Amino acid sequence: MTSLTLVRRIAARPSTVFDALTTPEGIACWWGPDDGPVLLAETDVRVGGRFRVRFRTLDGLEHESSGAYLEIVRPTRLAMSWRWENGEDPGESLVEIDLRIIAEGTELTFTHSRLHDEDTRRSHEEGWNGALDKLARHFIQVADRRPS
Amino acid sequence: MVNYDLRLNRTFAALVDPTRRAILARLEREDGKSVSELAKPFAIKLPAVMKHLDVLDDAGLITRSKVGRTVTVHLSPQPMFAALDWLRRYERFWSASLDRLTAYAERKEAETKKAGR
Repeated sequence: MTSLTLVRRIAARPSTVFDALTTPEGIACWWGPDDGPVLLAETDVRVGGRFRVRFRTLDGLEHESSGAYLEIVRPTRLAMSWRWENGEDPGESLVEIDLRIIAEGTELTFTHSRLHDEDTRRSHEEGWNGALDKLARHFIQVADRRPS
Repeated sequence: MVNYDLRLNRTFAALVDPTRRAILARLEREDGKSVSELAKPFAIKLPAVMKHLDVLDDAGLITRSKVGRTVTVHLSPQPMFAALDWLRRYERFWSASLDRLTAYAERKEAETKKAGR
């Protein structure tokens, strides 16, 4: 439950998607949870190079995330470490993006894992995800029944 | 925010141990077990089980009530909701971002094709 996977099918070549993921002008057009602006985007796309993105959400708050590129295989794979500045969530997590060519363009598989710091990292090593997933599913069902 | 992080840390730290997860899973099926009933399936001694229950109690994941000599244990899922809400924030962040990334890449692709003609 402490990793997140999302898949998107995109009508564009993998190289176009890869550039959108890694160029500052690309990042400025999509990064963030709402339509608030990206204020700063820097990328140094080589293994060990860093990225930094600052954005403002529509509630007026500014957020900054940064990390280092761990794997770069243009145009099929990108892995990077991830952390929030200002201690929004402590610790470093891992973002992995795989781009696969399909008839309509690209299938993008996005995974954000090792969320929540040391506790999570330890737990991954112990391999308890399945057990917790089961427990979490029960709670999600309960949560969905809660009046909102 | 700091308190929120501390609570989340406590939740995840409590959930990291397999014995404690087994206790929670058991309570999920049959809530309101006594401490000795809960301890039965485990190879560890009762005081060790009590320690695990203390950790779960500190994390707010269970409550204990005493009737006579019997202590019964109840599941308290509230911290789980907080942990799930926290995870859902990431999901919202990336889901919205990837939707816009998709739109941007498709626009770029269309521009490239047009320019190529």
